[in-house]
Amino acid sequence: MSPLDLLIFVPIAAALAMAAGAPARLTALTAAVVNVAVTVWLLVKFQYADGARFQFEATRMILGEPRLGFNVGLDGMALIMVLLTSLVTLAAVMMRPVKAGGEALYYSSSLLIAAGAMGAFVATDLFFFYAFHELALIPTFLMIGMRGTGDNKDAAWKITVYLGLGSLVLLAGLAALVIHAGAAGGGITTFDMAQLRELAPKIPASVQEPIYLTLLLGFGILISLFPFHSWAAPAYASAPAPTAMLHAGVLKKFGLYGLLRVATPMLPAGAHAEWIQHLLLVLLLGNILYIGLVTIAQRELDLLLGNSSVMHMGYVFLGIASGTAIGFSGAVLLMFAHGVSIALLFALCSVVREKTGTLQMSRLGGLAKSAPFLGLVFAMASFASIGLPGFTNFSAELLVFLGGFATKPASGLGAVQIATILALWGVVISAVYMLRAFRRIFKGEPSEATLGATDLAFRGRLPVLLLLAALLVTGFVPNLLMQAVAPFAEALAKAIVIAP
Amino acid sequence: MPVYSLEVAVVLLGLVLLMMEAFVAGKDKRFVAHTALLGLGAVLVGSFFVDRTPDASGFWSFYKADGLAMTYKAIALACTMLVIVLGLDYIPVLEKFTARVGGHGAWGEFFCLPVFICAGMMWMASASDLTSIFVSLELVTIAFYVMVTFMRRNVGSLEAGVKYLILGALSTGFLVYGFTWLFGVTGQTNLDVIAAKLNSGTVATVPAMFSFALILVALAFKIGAVPLQFWIPDVYQGAPTPITAYLSVGSKAAGFIVTTRILQVFLGSEALVHNCTAILLAVACATLLVGNLAAIPQTNFKRLLAYSSISHAGFLVLALAAGPAGAFGLAPGQIVAYYLAAYLIMTLLAFAVLVVINRTSGSDDLNAFNGLHQRSPFLAFALLVAVASLAGVPLTVGFVGKLLVFAAAVKASLWLPLGFAIIGAVAGFYYYLKVLRNMYWNAPAGGTLPAITLSGLTKATLLLLIAATVVLGVWWAPLFQLVRR
Repeated sequence: MSPLDLLIFVPIAAALAMAAGAPARLTALTAAVVNVAVTVWLLVKFQYADGARFQFEATRMILGEPRLGFNVGLDGMALIMVLLTSLVTLAAVMMRPVKAGGEALYYSSSLLIAAGAMGAFVATDLFFFYAFHELALIPTFLMIGMRGTGDNKDAAWKITVYLGLGSLVLLAGLAALVIHAGAAGGGITTFDMAQLRELAPKIPASVQEPIYLTLLLGFGILISLFPFHSWAAPAYASAPAPTAMLHAGVLKKFGLYGLLRVATPMLPAGAHAEWIQHLLLVLLLGNILYIGLVTIAQRELDLLLGNSSVMHMGYVFLGIASGTAIGFSGAVLLMFAHGVSIALLFALCSVVREKTGTLQMSRLGGLAKSAPFLGLVFAMASFASIGLPGFTNFSAELLVFLGGFATKPASGLGAVQIATILALWGVVISAVYMLRAFRRIFKGEPSEATLGATDLAFRGRLPVLLLLAALLVTGFVPNLLMQAVAPFAEALAKAIVIAP
Repeated sequence: MPVYSLEVAVVLLGLVLLMMEAFVAGKDKRFVAHTALLGLGAVLVGSFFVDRTPDASGFWSFYKADGLAMTYKAIALACTMLVIVLGLDYIPVLEKFTARVGGHGAWGEFFCLPVFICAGMMWMASASDLTSIFVSLELVTIAFYVMVTFMRRNVGSLEAGVKYLILGALSTGFLVYGFTWLFGVTGQTNLDVIAAKLNSGTVATVPAMFSFALILVALAFKIGAVPLQFWIPDVYQGAPTPITAYLSVGSKAAGFIVTTRILQVFLGSEALVHNCTAILLAVACATLLVGNLAAIPQTNFKRLLAYSSISHAGFLVLALAAGPAGAFGLAPGQIVAYYLAAYLIMTLLAFAVLVVINRTSGSDDLNAFNGLHQRSPFLAFALLVAVASLAGVPLTVGFVGKLLVFAAAVKASLWLPLGFAIIGAVAGFYYYLKVLRNMYWNAPAGGTLPAITLSGLTKATLLLLIAATVVLGVWWAPLFQLVRR
C-alpha cells in the first residue's frame, strides 16, 4: 500500500459512494480535499535530490509472463502532475452545476476523470499508464452530451471518436514497443516501465523510428498536435466547466507526459532521428503560428480559449523537441502552468456565460464595471496565459526558449533554433488575442447583456482564487517546482545522449 | 472420473429435464430451469476435477481433452447457465407468443433443449475427427433450429427460423463436401493424422486448398464471418432474445474451437500455409469492415449486437491468421479462447439488460433505452459497462482480448490488417456509445415511465457479470490461467 493508491482510489470510492446515495457535493469535495492533503504530504516527504528516481513505490504483481503489475511510483515529473491534478480537481469540483438534478453523475464524472489522470501519472506499468487515461473517455462523453452547451452533441461524438482513434494508434505503438523490447531483451515480455527503459533502447534504430513515429502520432492526437487538433476547441467550448477544466487542464497533459515518460527515454534513436525531429518542429509551429492566428479570429470566448489551449501545446512540444535538460524542464513546468491557467480561464468563461447569457464578444463589454472582481481575475489569468512575469507560465516559456538554444551548432542556426525564433512570435499572438478578449468583454460601454450582471459571490470566488494563488506562488518561487523537475530533466537528457 | 462423463452427465440431465417437464404436474415450469441451473453448475465444478489422461482405446482418436477443450467446455457450460437465467426473465414474452388463443403458453422445453445444445458444444470442444466434429456440430445446429423458432405465434421468430434453417443446411452441405475432399486427399478422418499427411509433401495442394475453401465457408457460417455472415442480423433480430445471446456467444465459441482445430491442420502444412494465411487475412479484413461499418447506421439494439458479433469474429479470425507465434506467451488458439471468454461475459451482460428492456417495453429499438438512467440507474450502468467492454475501453475484460489480438498482429507485422482492425475499433466507439446516448442524453419517450424492478436472480447475475467485466479487466491472471490449462 502506497499513499499514491489513495490518490487513485479515493475519487473512485467517492464516485461509488455517490452511486450508493451519499450526498453528492459533500462527498466529492471531501474526496478532492483528501487528495490535496495527500499531495501536500507527498510534496513534504519527497526526496527532491533524488527527483529522477521513483519514490513511494508499491509493486503488486498480476502476471509473471508477460510481466504485469499494478505498480505505482512518483518521480519529479509525476509529482508536478499530481499537484496539477489535485489542484484542478478541487477547483473543478467546487464549480456548481448550472442545471439542477443528476448531481451524483455530475460530480462522479469529474472524480473519475481525475482518478484516471492520477492513475496514468503515478503508474509505473505501461498497461495501467495507458488504461487509466481511458477512464476519462466515457465520463467526458456523457458530460458533454448531457450538460454541454451549443453544438455539444456533435462535439461529444467528435472528441470521443477522435480520441478513440488516437488511443488505438497509441495502443498499436505501445504493443510494438513491448514486443520489440521483449525480442531485443531475449524474449522477456514486460510492461514494467523500469525494465522497458533498460530493454527498449536496445531495439535497432531502424525499428525504433517507426515505433516512435506511431507513438508521436497516437500521443499527438491526444494532445491536439497540428493537424490532429480539430476535436479540441469545439469540445472544450461546449463542455460543462468542470469537464473542460479537467480535460484541457489535466488530461491533455497525458500525451505530453507519455512522450517524456515513454517515447523519448525508451526510444532515444527514434527521438534523435533528424527527420522525425524536423517533422515535429514543423507540426508544432503549426500549433503555435497557424492555430495562433485561428485563435485571433475567434469571436466567442469559449472557442477562443479552446483554440488557445491547442496553440500552447506547441511550446511544450518545442521543449520536448529541443532534447535538452533545460527544454525538458521548461516543458514539464509549462504543462503545470498551462494546466492551471487554462482551467482558471475555463472556470471564468463559464461564470461569464452564467452571468451574461452569452460568450459572443461582440455582445459583451464593460463587464468590469458590474463585476470588478471577475474582471481582475480574468485579467490576471490572461496575463498568465500570455506568459507575463510573475506567473509560472513565464518561467516555463523562458526555459523552453532557452532550451531551444542550449545545443546550438558551432556555426549558424540549427532547425531547433529557427523553430524557436519563429515560436517566439507566438507570445505576440497570445498577447493580441487575450488582451483583445479582455478589452472586448470587460472594458468599454456596458452592453445589454452585461448591464444586469452581478459579480462573483464569495463561494464562487474560492475555486478561481485557488488556481490563481497556485499560479502566483509558483510564479514568484518557481524553485518550488524546479527542485522536483530539474533532476528528472537532467537524468532524461543524459539517458538519451548516452544511449546508442 | 473420465473426462467424457461430463458430456454424459449433461445429456442425462437433459433427458431428466424432458421427463420432468412432461410428467410433473403444474403449469409453472420454472423448476425445470432451476434444476437445469443446478445440474449444469455441478458439471461446471466437476469439469475442474476430471481425469484427462487418455487410454489406449480407439475412443481417443475421436476425442481430445487438452487445455483448450476444457476451456471451451467451461465456456459452453457457463454460457448455457447464463442463457437459462436470461430465459427466466424472458418467460412473459415466451408465454405471450407460445399461447393458444385463451390458453396457456408452453415454454417448458425452452429450458431443456439448451442443455442438449450444451452437450453438443462440449463435444465440439473435444472433437478431433471429421466425423465427431460433424455429428456434434449437427446436434448443436438442429437444436438451434427449434430454439430460434420457439415463439411459434411470432412471425419474426418463424422467419428467422426459416432463414437459419436454409442457410444452415447450405453451410452443412459445404462442410460435408469439404470434408469429403479432405478425406479424398488424405484418406484419413483423424485431424492429427491428416495434419501429418498434409505436411508430408505427398499431397496434391490444389484439391487440399479446395477443401480448405469449402470448409472455411461452412465455418464462416458458424462463427459469423464473411462470406456467410448475412444471416446474422435477421436471425438475431427474430429469435427469442436469450437464444440470440446463445447464438452470439455459445454457437460462435463452439464454431471457433472447431475452426481453431481445423486451421491448425492447414496452417501446419508448409505447402499450404502461405495461401491459407492470405485467404484468412482477407476474410478477417472483410469481416472487420462489414461488421463494423454496417453496425454504424443500426437503430435496433439487437441488430446492432448482431453486427457487433460479426465484427468480433473479424478480430478473432485475425488472431488465428496472425501465425503460430501468438502474443504475450499465448498461442493463437489460446488468444481466441481468452477473447471468447471475455466476449461471453460482456455480451451476456448486454443481452441480460436487453431482455429486461424487451420485457418491460416490448421493443428492441435503441429508442426503448431512452432515459434509462433515470428509470433504472443500475441497469443503465450495467449496459454502460457492457458496451464499454465491447468497444474495448481499458480496465474492462474486452480490452484485454483486443490488446492480445493487436499484439499478435503487431508481432506478425500485419500492418494492413491492423489498420483495418483500428478502423473497426474506432467505428465501434461510435456505434456502441450510441446506446449510451439513448440512455443518458435522451429523455424517456412519452414522459416519465415507471421504474423497473428486477428479480433477485437477475440482479445477482448482473452484479456478477459487471464485477467480472471490471475485475478481469484489471486482474488478468484468472483468464490467463484458464486458457493455459
